[in-house]
Order: sequence, then C-alpha cells, then structure tokens
Amino acid sequence: MQTVKMVVTGPFNAGKTAFIQAISEIDVVSTERKISSEAERVKETTTVAMDFGRITVDDDLVLYLFGTPGQKRFDFMWEILSEGMLGFVVIVDSARPETFREAKGILQTFRAYAPTPYVVAANKQDRDDAWTVEDLRIALKLDRKIKMLPCVASDRESVKKVLLELLYSILEEMKEK
Amino acid sequence: MALKGNLRDFSVTQLLNLINLARKTGTLTLEGPNEAAWVSFREGKLIFAQLGNEDGTLTGILLKSGKITAKQAQLIKSHAGEKSDQELGLMLINAGYLNQHDILANIRQYILDIVYRLFTWIEGYFRFDADVLPPDDRITIRLDLENVIMEGSRRIREWEQLQEEIPNLDMALNFVDRPGANIRDVNLNVQEWKVVSYINPKNTIRQIAKTNRMNDLEIRRIVYGLLQAGLVEVVRPVGMPLPPQARQLPPVNKEQQASLVNRLINRIRSL
Ligand SMILES: Nc1nc2c(ncn2[C@@H]2O[C@H](COP(=O)(O)OP(=O)(O)OP(=O)(O)O)[C@@H](O)[C@H]2O)c(=O)[nH]1
Ligand SMILES: [Mg+2]
Repeated sequence: MQTVKMVVTGPFNAGKTAFIQAISEIDVVSTERKISSEAERVKETTTVAMDFGRITVDDDLVLYLFGTPGQKRFDFMWEILSEGMLGFVVIVDSARPETFREAKGILQTFRAYAPTPYVVAANKQDRDDAWTVEDLRIALKLDRKIKMLPCVASDRESVKKVLLELLYSILEEMKEK
Repeated sequence: MALKGNLRDFSVTQLLNLINLARKTGTLTLEGPNEAAWVSFREGKLIFAQLGNEDGTLTGILLKSGKITAKQAQLIKSHAGEKSDQELGLMLINAGYLNQHDILANIRQYILDIVYRLFTWIEGYFRFDADVLPPDDRITIRLDLENVIMEGSRRIREWEQLQEEIPNLDMALNFVDRPGANIRDVNLNVQEWKVVSYINPKNTIRQIAKTNRMNDLEIRRIVYGLLQAGLVEVVRPVGMPLPPQARQLPPVNKEQQASLVNRLINRIRSL
C-alpha cells in the first residue's frame, strides 16, 4: 500500500478545512478548537493541529490531504507537514485583502521549504466582495506561470478542479526533468 | 503604589498613554525577552531612554549617528572621560565641532529610536518607579508623548506587516535572474548597498542583519523593498538540510511516478 500527500495551506479562516472536507471520503479528522484570542474571533472554531482528509485511489494507493493550522502561533507545524509531499495548495480568502500579505509570506516559506509544484486557490469567489483572480494575482505579485484558480471551497467540483490543476502541474514538472 | 505587570496585559502603547495622561514623573523599566530598557519621563514628557548596555552617553550617541569617528570617540573618552555629557557638549560646541542644535537633535533621535523599538516588545515585564530619574550627568530632552505614541503605533503596524510578509529571517536571498532586473541599474542608498553586497544563497537574512548591525525591523524593511521591486527572491539557504523525504516520490522510476499521478488524476475526476 502506497500513500502520497498533498498539503493545503493558507492564512487563518481562508477555507482550508472546508476545502478538504468537500472532497475527503472520511470526515476531516479535524482538530478544531474554540477560539480564545479576541482578535481572531471572526468565527467560532479554528484548526489547532492539522486537518486530515483521505481519498482512496485503488487497492494500493491512498492520497492524504493535510491542512495546516491557520493561526500564526502554530507555524512550527509547517515544516513537519511539508515533508515528502507531492505539492501544495495555497488557499486565499479573496474577500479579505488584509490577509493577502500573510498569504504571500506563507507561500514564500512553503516554497522555500518544499520545492514542489503548487497552485493558489482564490477562495470564496461566491462572495460579492471577492477580488477577481486577476486582481488577486497582482496583489500577491504572482508570476503568470503560477496557476491561480477561482474556488468555492464548499463546492466539490471547484475543489476537484484545483486539485486536478495541481496534479497536472506535477505531471508537467516530471516531464521536464 | 508600584505600577508593574506583564506587557501582554498592558502594552507599551497603553503604558505611554497612561504616563502621558497622568503626567507622571519617573522611570519605566521594561524587561524584554533579550534585553532591558529604561525610559524616563518628567510630568508626562519623554526625557530619556537607555537600551540594554548600549553606550547611551553623548560620545556613544554621536558615534552611532556618524557625527564622530571611532577614533575621535576614543580620543574624547581618554581626554574627557570624567566630564559629564553637559560639559562635553559645551566643549564640542566651543571647539566648533557641533552646535547645540546638532547635539540635541542627535540625542532626540537616539531616544526616539529606542522608544519606537519598544513598541514591538509584546512579551515581557514592566515596572514604573515614580520619581526615579536618569543620572545627573546625562543630557535630557523634553518631548510630547502624543506624537511618540502616534508614530510608534504607525511603526508597530509596519512591523507587523513586514513580519507577515517576511516571516522567516533564517532564509537566504538570491538575485532574480530576469532580463531587466539588474541591481546595478537601481538607485540604492548606503544601507541598501550594505545589504545587497551580502546577498548570496549562503547567507541568511539574519546573518546579513547581524553583519551590518541592523535590527529585525531595519533589515526587513530593506529586504521588503528589494522583494517588492522584484530584484531578489527568498530561497532556502545553501546547506540547510531538506526535510528528510521531501521531493521523494515513492516510486523512483519516472514512468511509475507518472502513472501514479495519472491514477490520482483519474480518481479525482471520477469523484
Ligand atoms: N462564502 C464562502 N464561505 C466559505 C468558503 N470557504 C470557507 N468558507 C467559510 O469560511 C469560514 C472559514 O472556513 P474554514 O474552512 O474553517 O477555514 P480554515 O482555513 O480551515 O480556518 P483555520 O483552520 O481557522 O485557519 C467558515 O465559516 C466557512 O464556512 C467559500 O468558498 N465561500
Ligand atoms: Mg481549519
């Protein structure tokens, strides 16, 4: 039996847990906890250790999806999470520009620790105040080469599209070598 | 009653506000994770600051701001070591080295630099000792705290933003290999040049800062500018070990790898 891993990362409240939940065949073994810090109480719970989703491919292949915890004080987990992964998805809340800077910092850290392919999901595109993918690309200063995809994490089709694009990138990168 | 507590519960901004509004006289001691600082006030005005064991004498301040050379500083110390800062100041003015305005401006800048840095201390302890004032041989100033608080708050926001964008100082920098991105065509100031001359995947940002005696905020500011201009990128420092199995797809064979990814693709398509 073989297992491979992809990591879902992004700022606090971006929609990482929702993203994994939408596609995992098991309930996300989430480690949610009530939020204590007043400043970050835009919602009731946050992921404190990591999310954990699974997709069984066939009898001898399983894909695990790991979600990083969103709050900054847990950033020590990142390095552990990035070990041996195929690629990663950076989820950005397109409607909260105040988190773009942090998204960029996360992206940078991940890219340096884990030189694997990645895609950026411009999440919450269903919200009226969501930035478009094009505007987000400029705000995050992402090169044209980097794939950015519109996303609604609660919608399975949209999550599938993001993961597929990541897999295509992984395949392309293999061919280049 | 002694005013003391934890910076987590009562921030530097709140402390300065309190001192300002209550027009307090005395010295605030802050104990941060790495060093201590002392800031003194008279009737709610900022008059003096000292950081750790930094040389905050007039000689030390003028040396730091580049008004005198290390050699001159040494000369002053050996000739006028016993003199108070006030006497030394007069001596320098009479000798035509500096005028009073220069001296006061340098002291003011030195004190403000320390106080602004304290705004970024979010961890540590504080204590306010009423009526304790700086040593008599130091020159004090008199600054309104309102402006200091405004500027300090602005800087802490900047500090937080830079911290988010450049979270890890243990990373290295590399020049971007892109036509048109030539560092030689850019107008850089002295500080920026100092940083640029050490950019190399072997040096971490922290090492560059240390070599140039810059604090975290100063180095982040410069790196931020270079990143924004698209001249450099953050890279893993040479020699930093990769996480054990990073990049290592289970089957080593290329066809097997591709087949594995194709199986994943088919599975996800079918969901
Ligand atoms: N409208 C909309 N809401 C979303 C979407 N994705 C997530 N949300 C909501 O955004 C909030 C945060 O989602 P989570 O999945 O908990 O975010 P997270 O990134 O796991 O958060 P942390 O683990 O705390 O960092 C929840 O209220 C979700 O229901 C989306 O695509 N559209
Ligand atoms: Mg979560």
